[in-house]
Order: sequence, then C-alpha cells, then structure tokens
Amino acid sequence: MVTLQTMDTIFYEAQRQGRISFYVTTIGEEAINIASAAAVTSDDFVFPQYREPGVLIWRGFTPQEFASQCFGNRADYGKGRQMPIHYGSNKHKYFTVSSTIATQIPQAVGAAYSLKMDKKDACVVTYFGDGGTSEGDFHAGLNFAAVTEAPVIFICRNNGWAISTPTSDQFRSDGIAVRGQAYGVRSIRVDGNDALAMYSAVHTARKMAVNEHRPILIEAVTYRVGHHSTSDDSTKYRPADEIEWWRMARDPVTRFRKWIESNGWWSGEAETQLRSSIRSQLLLAIQMAEKVEKPPVKELFTDVYDDLPSNLREQEKLLRETISRHPQDYPADVPH
Amino acid sequence: MLGIVRQKVLGQSLQKVRPAVSLLRSYSSAAKQMTVREALNSALDEEMSADPKVFLMGEEVGEYQGAYKISKGLLEKYGPERVLDTPITEAGFTGIGVGAAYYGLKPVVEFMTFNFSMQAIDHIINSAAKSNYMSAGQLSVPLVFRGPNGAAAGVGAQHSQCYAAWYASCPGLKVLAPYNSEDSRGLLKAAIRDPDPVIFLENELLYGESFPVSDEVLDSSFCLPIGKAKIEREGKDVTITAFSKMVGYALKAAEILEKDGIDAEVINLRSIRPLDRSTINTSVRKTNRLITVEEGFPQHGVGAEICASVVEESFGYLDAPVERVAGADVPMPYAANLERMAVPQVEDIVRAAKRACYRSVPLAAAA
Repeated sequence: MVTLQTMDTIFYEAQRQGRISFYVTTIGEEAINIASAAAVTSDDFVFPQYREPGVLIWRGFTPQEFASQCFGNRADYGKGRQMPIHYGSNKHKYFTVSSTIATQIPQAVGAAYSLKMDKKDACVVTYFGDGGTSEGDFHAGLNFAAVTEAPVIFICRNNGWAISTPTSDQFRSDGIAVRGQAYGVRSIRVDGNDALAMYSAVHTARKMAVNEHRPILIEAVTYRVGHHSTSDDSTKYRPADEIEWWRMARDPVTRFRKWIESNGWWSGEAETQLRSSIRSQLLLAIQMAEKVEKPPVKELFTDVYDDLPSNLREQEKLLRETISRHPQDYPADVPH
Repeated sequence: MLGIVRQKVLGQSLQKVRPAVSLLRSYSSAAKQMTVREALNSALDEEMSADPKVFLMGEEVGEYQGAYKISKGLLEKYGPERVLDTPITEAGFTGIGVGAAYYGLKPVVEFMTFNFSMQAIDHIINSAAKSNYMSAGQLSVPLVFRGPNGAAAGVGAQHSQCYAAWYASCPGLKVLAPYNSEDSRGLLKAAIRDPDPVIFLENELLYGESFPVSDEVLDSSFCLPIGKAKIEREGKDVTITAFSKMVGYALKAAEILEKDGIDAEVINLRSIRPLDRSTINTSVRKTNRLITVEEGFPQHGVGAEICASVVEESFGYLDAPVERVAGADVPMPYAANLERMAVPQVEDIVRAAKRACYRSVPLAAAA
C-alpha cells in the first residue's frame, strides 16, 4: 500500500512536470487494491478497469516495469501502443487495461466460464467503479455469470464519483450490492477502506467461487481522494474540505499502519525507512525509463493480426524508404 | 491500342481454355449436391469434433437447432457446455466470447442477423479487433462472428443492412463473405482455425440453395485460403466483382451478356478484408473495364474501395470509368415492389456492363 501511494505521488508529479503525458492515481483505494490481490492466488486471472495497479504491485510488477509502460519505451510490454497506466502482463495474469468502461465484465465471465470448462482450481477477479455499473455490460455480465455458474468475483469500487458524476446522479438503487442480488448473485457490502475486511471478504468469496462454481459480488465502499485523472481538477465539482477529510481522517493506509503498530509489528522508523527506499527506487525507475529509447518502427505494424499481412509489409517498406530519404522530418530517437 | 491487341491475343488463348471449362461444368453436375446450410453445419460439426476448444454460442443455437437451423444436431452431439443458448444480450455474449477467447478457447459467436451485431459493435471493434495490437500480442482473440448479413425478403430496414463495408474498414478484423457451399465450408473452417477475429457474413436466402461439391470439398481437412478471391467465370470484355448472393446474380448477368457478345469475367471476392487486390487488378488489366456489385449502401461501400484500388494500381489499363452497382441509398423498404427496386437486380448488372462496354447510352450523372 505504501508502494502504491508513493508510486502515485511520484508518477503524478512526473506528469505535472511534463515527463509523462497522463496518469491515474488510486489514492484512497489502496486497501481495495492490495487486500483483494492478497486474498486471491497467482493462478487467478485479473480483469481490471484502470484504478487497480496495486494488484499488479502485489503480483510482482516492478517500478521499472510500471515506468516503462508510462514512458512507452522499448521495454514496455505494450510496445508503446497505449496511453500511460494501461498496464498488461500475461505472466502476472493481469489482462491489459483497456479504456472502455465495463467491457471487462462480460469478458471476465467468459474467461471464468473457460476456466470452469478446463476444470481449473482458479477463478477470475474483475474490478469496476460505481459508474461502470450503469453500463449494459454490467447487467449482461452479472446475468450471464449467474446463469452459467461461472467462478468470478466482481469487485465494485464504489468510490462515490464517476469523474464529476456523484452516485446520486448515477443510480437510485441502494448501492450496487442489491443489483447483484437481483441477478441471483450472492453479494456483500464491505468497508473498502478496511484492509482486513476486504481481505476477509475476498478470501471467502474466492473459496465460494472456486468450490461452488458461483459468482460473487463485493461492493467495496470507499472514496476517490484523487482527481479522476491528470486531466481532471475535482475541486471544480466537489468541496475541497470533503476531499481533505477523506484523505486525512479516512486514509486506509494510515488505518492499517496504526493497527500493525499497535500490535508491535511496525514502527515509525520502519515506516520512514520503507518510504524513503521505495521513493528512491521509483525516482530511479523514472530516470532510467526516460532515457530508454522508444519502440522501433517495425512495432507500428506488428500484432494487428497474428501474422504480418502483405499490405502492412509494403507500408513498412514505404515508410522506411521515406524516412531514409527525409530523415529531418522524423524524430531522431526512434530506432529502426 | 495495346489493350485491343492484348484482348485479341488473350481471346485466342481463352478459346483454347473454354472447352476445358465446360467439361468441368458437366463433370461437376454429376458430383454431390449440398445446400449452404448443410455446408455450414458440417463445417461447424467437423471443427468442433477436431478441436475441443471450439464452442458455439448465440441466441437459439441449441434447443431450437439454430434460428436458421445452421446448428442443427450440434447440441445433441456436443452437449450444453459446447453449444450455449445465450440470454438476449448481444453486447453481453460478445463480451463473454471475447473473454473466453482471451483465455484460449475458440468461440463461434452467432448473431441472429448482423443487424443485431450493432448492439455488440463496441466489443467487436474495441475488444476483439484491437486487443492483439493494444496488448502488443499478449491478448489474442481467435474468435468467429457469424450470421446472416444483408437483405433477405420482406424483412424491412432494421433486418436488411449489409455490414461488409463497415467491418472491412477496421484493421484487426478479417471479413469473409461466402457464396456457395464450397465457399461456406472452406471459409468457415479457415475462419475457425484462424488466430485473428473473423467476421463471417452469410446470407439467409442462400442457406437453402444447393450447389455441387467435389470430394475434395467434402473432406474434413478442406480449407480455403483467407484473402484469395475466386474467378467464377473467365472472360475478356469486362470484369464484374461481387460477393455473397450477388455472385449468383453476376453469373446470370454474364449469361445474358454472352448472348449479346460481351464476355464477362466474374470474380467472387470471398474475402472482403483482406481484399484480393491482385486478382482484381490482374483481371482489370486483362479486360480493361470494371463493374463492382454489392447489395449494401453505395457510399463508402466495398465497390468504392475496389474502385480506389484499381485507380491506384491499374489506371492506365482502364478503358471506361469504373461503375458501382449497389443498393439504393435508402433504408430498406418493406413493400415487395419497393424492396425489389432497392436492391440490385440482374438487369441492373447487365445494363452497367453494357455501359462499360460503350454499348448503350451512358446514364446522366446522378447524385
């Protein structure tokens, strides 16, 4: 959780400094991210929305790997194809973030159905916000999961805001948990800022999903302390003191820290040490990522299809010829 | 000038070819007959049998045996885990199909008609088509979307649109349009085996039509290459491109034109994306005249792309402007007389071919 918080602070600043073009923070939702990741296994598949990098942190994604994606450099697993924070990693079973809202929900159900067909001892976890539950995909996905008895855990981060739309303008139902029930999916509402409660709920949900082949919906109530993204200034549509109150009095990381300190497992020095070590790692990662060259020209054309088709091979050839004839019109730092 | 000389030379060599073609025709009429419906059903059956990862999902595909009976007998043979009757949500089951494909299964997703695929177009384009690229090869989508496309008979505007041009404009998708039973078998098998998302555009009115199929086509390993068009009828005077039902119309038009001394070459596109530009251009360089035929709306249609391709690559070979024969630029009307006028008929193709050959007064420029 400390890593996530620190990463958010540093990468957000990097965007403000113009070093990366865009960033999305997870401030206020660290407990949801980390506790849910800890409660499932590395065999389980994750279909994120875009505010769950903490799950990747838990699974072992390094600061360098995060930075590479944000800078879209040669080391980016995404080959520079997407905006920052669109992480994806096959080896961590974390499906690539796609900007479209709620599309991951029926996809997660499909993958869970496939896991069931393969008789695997694993489930799928998918995340979405309160806004995402208005999309048609949410309803189709939940309905389908119930009918096909798919082992999938739906985690709704009800953080009160969908960019500037508060939940009172998003729905008039009693939150999200009742919707799951309406579709025949066992649902529960949890305090999303209580790391232990999140862990406990997801842990039990996983057992039910895998052993009983059933979907579970967890509504984690929390607050989006940060802006929607670096393109947003949330003080324009909500009071600054509301944000501050949630940031200070309801910080999930502080809450967990106080608990482990009170049990004698943590201390102020350990905290300071941890924070400063993570901070240096992240700053170094950014510095290095900035220097790494961008993906080569050939990556413009690959992966459209499984094989490179002839029309794209021709286009690539034409592009290379044009670059060699007019090098002054093309950036010097794109390798060939 | 060169074109005329070449035509004479080619005409002589084609005379030698002609008898062989008619021999083939008489041979094939003795071969087995198969309806397009049977062709699709057998292709699905064989691919599901060969690969346990292939499964079928869609509305009415199971218990009802398929809205058009294409999946007849499959539920009984493979069980409800591999033939899924879905709830009524195209957006939902398309997303689910994509998720299953991400994991490694090979779904065949049926749309009752491609008009209903509009409900799911976000998943088709933004989840299926672009995922391999956006994830840099980590998420592949070996998925087939199939169902009837284009006009049927008397089904009105919301059930009659042709989506070939819409899907074919999107990189990341492959778009196929079979005409006869051989096409249906070979292309569906190729689509299911292909690792990329494929849009497979069938035609409701062709389902019941019977075509001769050779033993090679009936073999379970039979497969047609994606991206290759077929020359259904060789000719030297004018090239007519078509796909799906319009191939049948183009062939009928060619027979009528033959009586008037015009020898038309009919190309069955088979694959809209990737488009077989090489076969089309080679044909136009031979005949020097081109008519494109499609049922769909004219603006930004398949014919527009073919015309652009020929103008870019074979401009010097054209002896006449390229003409597009397409559906009327109106939502499909219901009344039978109006519907008939909204879709190309054989006479429209004949007249267009004659105009290209300077055999009739050209149309005044129309909007």
